Amino acid sequence: MAETYKIVIGLEVHVQLLTKTKLFCGCRNKFGLPPNSATCPVCLGLPGSLPVMNREAFRLALKAALALNCRIASHPGHPPGFTKWDRKNYYYPDLPKNYQISQYDLPFSHDGWLEINVARDPKKEFTPKRIGIIRAHLEEDAGKNTHDESGRGGDTRVDLNRTGTPLLEIVSHPDLNTPEEAITYLEEVRLMLRELGVSDCEMQEGSLRCDANVNIHVPQPDGTHHETPLVEIKNLNSFRAVGRAIKYEAERQYEEFRKDTRGEYRFGKWLKETRGWDDTRGQTEGQRHKEEAADYRYFPDPDLVPVVVSQEQIAAVKAEMGELPQQQRSRLVGQYGLTAYDAGVLTAKGRRTVAYFEAVAAAVGDGKTAANRMSDLIFPALSDRREEIDAFPVPPAGFADFLKKTGPLSKQDRVHLLGHMLDHGADVDRAMEATGIKPQTFDEGTLRAKVAEAVAANPKAVADFKKGKDAAKMSIVGAVMKANRGVPNDVVRRLVDEELAKA
Amino acid sequence: MSLADKTAAELVALQAAGGASAAEVADAFLAAVRDREPKLRAFVSVDEAEVKRQAATVDAKRRAGQPLGRLAGVPVAVKDVLCTRGVRTTCSSKILDNFVPPYDAHVVERLKAEDAVILGKTNMDEFAMGSSTENSALQTTRNPWDTDRIPGGSSGGSAACVAGRQAPVSLGTDTGGSIRQPAALCGVVGVKPTYGRVSRYGLVAFASSLDQIGPFARDVTDAALLLEAVAGHDRRDSTSVDRPVPVYTRTVNDPVAGLRIGVPKEFFGEGLDPEVETAVRAALKEYEKRGATLVDVSLPHSPYALAAYYIVAPAEASSNLARFDGMHYGHRTKQKADLIGTYSKSRGEGFGKEVQRRIMIGTYVLSSGYKDAYYVKALKVRRLVKKDYDEAFERCDVVMGPTTPTAAFRIGEKSDDPLAMYLSDVYTVSCNLAGIPGMSIPCGFTAGGLPIGLQLLAPPFEEEKMFRIARMYESVTDWHTRRPGV
Ligand SMILES: [Zn+2]
Repeated sequence: MAETYKIVIGLEVHVQLLTKTKLFCGCRNKFGLPPNSATCPVCLGLPGSLPVMNREAFRLALKAALALNCRIASHPGHPPGFTKWDRKNYYYPDLPKNYQISQYDLPFSHDGWLEINVARDPKKEFTPKRIGIIRAHLEEDAGKNTHDESGRGGDTRVDLNRTGTPLLEIVSHPDLNTPEEAITYLEEVRLMLRELGVSDCEMQEGSLRCDANVNIHVPQPDGTHHETPLVEIKNLNSFRAVGRAIKYEAERQYEEFRKDTRGEYRFGKWLKETRGWDDTRGQTEGQRHKEEAADYRYFPDPDLVPVVVSQEQIAAVKAEMGELPQQQRSRLVGQYGLTAYDAGVLTAKGRRTVAYFEAVAAAVGDGKTAANRMSDLIFPALSDRREEIDAFPVPPAGFADFLKKTGPLSKQDRVHLLGHMLDHGADVDRAMEATGIKPQTFDEGTLRAKVAEAVAANPKAVADFKKGKDAAKMSIVGAVMKANRGVPNDVVRRLVDEELAKA
Repeated sequence: MSLADKTAAELVALQAAGGASAAEVADAFLAAVRDREPKLRAFVSVDEAEVKRQAATVDAKRRAGQPLGRLAGVPVAVKDVLCTRGVRTTCSSKILDNFVPPYDAHVVERLKAEDAVILGKTNMDEFAMGSSTENSALQTTRNPWDTDRIPGGSSGGSAACVAGRQAPVSLGTDTGGSIRQPAALCGVVGVKPTYGRVSRYGLVAFASSLDQIGPFARDVTDAALLLEAVAGHDRRDSTSVDRPVPVYTRTVNDPVAGLRIGVPKEFFGEGLDPEVETAVRAALKEYEKRGATLVDVSLPHSPYALAAYYIVAPAEASSNLARFDGMHYGHRTKQKADLIGTYSKSRGEGFGKEVQRRIMIGTYVLSSGYKDAYYVKALKVRRLVKKDYDEAFERCDVVMGPTTPTAAFRIGEKSDDPLAMYLSDVYTVSCNLAGIPGMSIPCGFTAGGLPIGLQLLAPPFEEEKMFRIARMYESVTDWHTRRPGV
């Protein structure tokens, strides 16, 4: 089926860097402090104050840029590694100097890419896709205005704690084509930056912010396509909102395009429009105060000296970068024979979970089982207990021991046993003792007789199975397991298969 | 002779020898301020009690046998563009008339560390924009040699108070000549150090890439003394240079053997007053008598320096002064208005005409569509100006010429003609564009009794040599010892 239109999405992501202090002064960089308590003459923009660059912020930004496969300040006509600071001039009360120190024509990094896994059926199929990165640059954050929304016309309050927080802006090429891809890209950026210790990427706290540039390409019979005008969507407060907003906006643009009989609604004929996402109403809305085409009058900040990044610096940052998520996924697949999906799940849980997994896999000698059992048992337990993997009471060796000793048990029994271990701080042997759940010795001949009985007693299930309903088989397995606690699940399955084949 | 007639070096020596206390010195200068301030209007604020308190502290330290700094008990006047903790810092602007900084500028910290006594804050052209100090929103400072005339600017108050012997030394700032030009017009020594030699922390920026803080003094030795006290690296100013500061006063009396003086023909062209030219040429003769060689040098891009300066400086100023918007501090309009209206009314009421003019020029030259033709081109000229100096200094130790094209003009004479006013910086701006050090020393008087200045320009960080060269002339002349009638 030919698609009615193709969505074209570019994302601008801002992340706050995890430095102790702000980008150009010594104030604390911390969320949630009392308003205006983390301020000084520099970030308040008092006359006579001067900015001094925070080297740690630059190092973290460099780390992120290298992980995004960016080139580091490679600008024609300038020495390698040469980058500078520029002033972006505009008036707003949350910007005390009325200019933002940012980077304009010579960003410290540019021309990179990030590989994401695009899946049509995420359980099976994984297609890597490279999303181009136009540039990543450093800048200072603005403060926060709190407007009176009671409608009684109260004062707007300004909190300048955030002013001067180091901010990394990552601008992607418009290489994303579905809301899901956009979300996957954001998840990959977040995972990578968290793993690298660059940012905590908490959208709720504003340490990750995202604007989406969206338009659609509508194919025409002659093989060309029409492009709709570009829309920048702001006010996206969650990944889910990003997906919903893109979907809504694409549909809205398609409607506009269909209604437009005069061929006016076209890219290039309209100015780029900024629309805000209303999460409650589930729609994008034209910004009431339509900004005039802004002229930021960029020029080099004369208060700061240019930075020249050396090859040694780049090498040092690379050396401490460690394994990136996408590298880790391929390794887990190659080394442990995991499916791409399972590798993806583990990687998404973070480096510490992967380390736990690798310890268990090494001890039991089977990565697939280790991964499956962690998914079945540990991840649900962690979410029930609202716990991180480091705090999980059963260490990898204990869990490996548990797996070895509970191999023949049903999933239900394993859940029960592990539950006891967690509640009582017991090891697997004591848990078995206490609960009485343990692998039973069994005689295959006796078990086969029980299976044969069960098959005979369920003619309907047998008939369903013959019609191709796999689930019918499981009902027989279930019945046998229930009547014979502690018998090994895999043996029962094999016997059921064999008996059904005879039936 | 009153204590207030002594130089800083003399005051330091006298106090060290027990000949006078810091309190007596302070009293003498406070008396001089009271006496001449009605005529000169050099100061925007003098807190007598605070001055006495500082002096008493120095005396107490001395009595207790504690080590004292190199400016112990020397009163220093400070241009009101330099932040002083707890003391109103106005930049001679209405928009900052209630601004009290919570910190000292680096140079003020340095002065205090050297046990100087901060005598008061001096008047200036608003935000250092001007060449006559007439652009002050607070008062008009007068030239001690003729009170109907301007003292020059923008550091007019700092120049006038030293010439009028209200302070032995003072600090000013020089963005395009704002120290050297008033020094010339008031008959004192004024030094603009190499860009980066003195920390700008706490200097309310006019044009950050051009601004430097420097001393005014009645003689070269005092200027050297004050500069060595305030110069040096400061981590808070990224553009300040980490390089040792020579003890200028130790070598200031050593003549430079085989001195080669570059004389650029571009500094002796149209617009130069014949009386000024005569005095400058006579000074050059004097150097020749002392063994110096005059070398013809060329600064081919200097005719474009003034134009480039009046693009680069306003461009930076338009951004630096954006923060004065009445939102967080400073003047805010009392008229009711929305956000944009509050900005424009506060700024319209708070800034004077010249400041508004330069903000508009600066905004214009940075605007898209004009930036390449103006700002970017001016930066190219700036590089060429610097290259001219690099080449000239391959052939000479110092470049000399007039500091200003004319002696001090009358108050109001050029107020309505900004271009004529800008031309009084024609010989001084290229030094700032190139980032090199420069100074003005007295080299004579017009027939009407107005001082004339000789400008010395040296390669970057060669202040030490520049002081020695200046002193070679000063030691055989007495222009600097004359006192105005005020
Ligand atoms: Zn701060």
